[in-house]
Amino acid sequence: MVVSMVTITLNGETKEIETEVTLDRLLDLFSLPKQRVAVELNKQVVRRQDWETTPVNDADRIEIVHFVGGG
Amino acid sequence: MSDVFKLAGKEFGSRLIIGTGKYRSYDEMKAAHKASGAEMVTVAVNRVPLDGSSESFLDHLDPAMQILPNTAGCYDAEHAVRTSRLAREALNTEWIKLEVIGDPVTLLPDNEQTLEAAKVLVKEGFIVLPYFSDDLIMAKKLLDAGCPAVMPLAAPIGSGMGVQNPSNLRIMREQLPDATIIVDAGVGVPSDAAVAMELGAEAILMNTAIAEAGDAAQMATAMKLAVQAGRLGYLSGRMPKRLYASASSPIAGAIK
Repeated sequence: MVVSMVTITLNGETKEIETEVTLDRLLDLFSLPKQRVAVELNKQVVRRQDWETTPVNDADRIEIVHFVGGG
Repeated sequence: MSDVFKLAGKEFGSRLIIGTGKYRSYDEMKAAHKASGAEMVTVAVNRVPLDGSSESFLDHLDPAMQILPNTAGCYDAEHAVRTSRLAREALNTEWIKLEVIGDPVTLLPDNEQTLEAAKVLVKEGFIVLPYFSDDLIMAKKLLDAGCPAVMPLAAPIGSGMGVQNPSNLRIMREQLPDATIIVDAGVGVPSDAAVAMELGAEAILMNTAIAEAGDAAQMATAMKLAVQAGRLGYLSGRMPKRLYASASSPIAGAIK
């Protein structure tokens, strides 16, 4: 069986992932933290409670941010 | 003497707001934060690294501290607005230090884009604290847009040059007597902080002056005292400057 893939841009990097992945699953796939982070899908913030029901589609541009030292 | 710093309905016991960048170690940062007496610290919003190297920076901050996320690294209103929305979602805070940079060499603010972003964010319910060039007219526009305070620079970010244009800050203070003015960026040494406070600033935001000091915690203490000294000096009302001397001791009655 051929697993089809989608191509996304994640934090500026081109990544190929399986189809039918949600944002929540995407965080797992890349071993990313889930606390005190925020996710933006095609320039719109996706609320934490919607991560599990929001699918990742081909050509999506996703930003996942956290906090670092700054002034 | 009670001199509480009120900002957007919240009371702070300290008029010093400090950053979390550039420290050589977390231990040094924590010691400096404690010594400073600050009750609010800034943090930056940044992409999570995809290589698994991310660590929880916020765990190194005193939980009692109010966290003020910034929009550093944004060069236009759109990016600053997006960054603010992400910060709000991640931290569940309406507070944002709005920073829209116009040029990578000087890091001077793009006042026009800052105002545009401020208008959008205020409408969305953010408590917008804008960093901007020390310009009275822009301060008025930012306040009219609904910002609860304005944050003029003393000098370019990280320059440590001190208050470069005291007249602008003085004019801003005199013309906007009811505005909350927080001097943000450019302080290098405690006397710079004192000068800014003597000019009537309500508070000061600084990062590099403490983080890059040889002894960050000791400098944090010095900054705390300088901010307090400058504030008391301002509230006390300074003597007038005179071109010529005015004797402190009686002239009459000296022996001949």
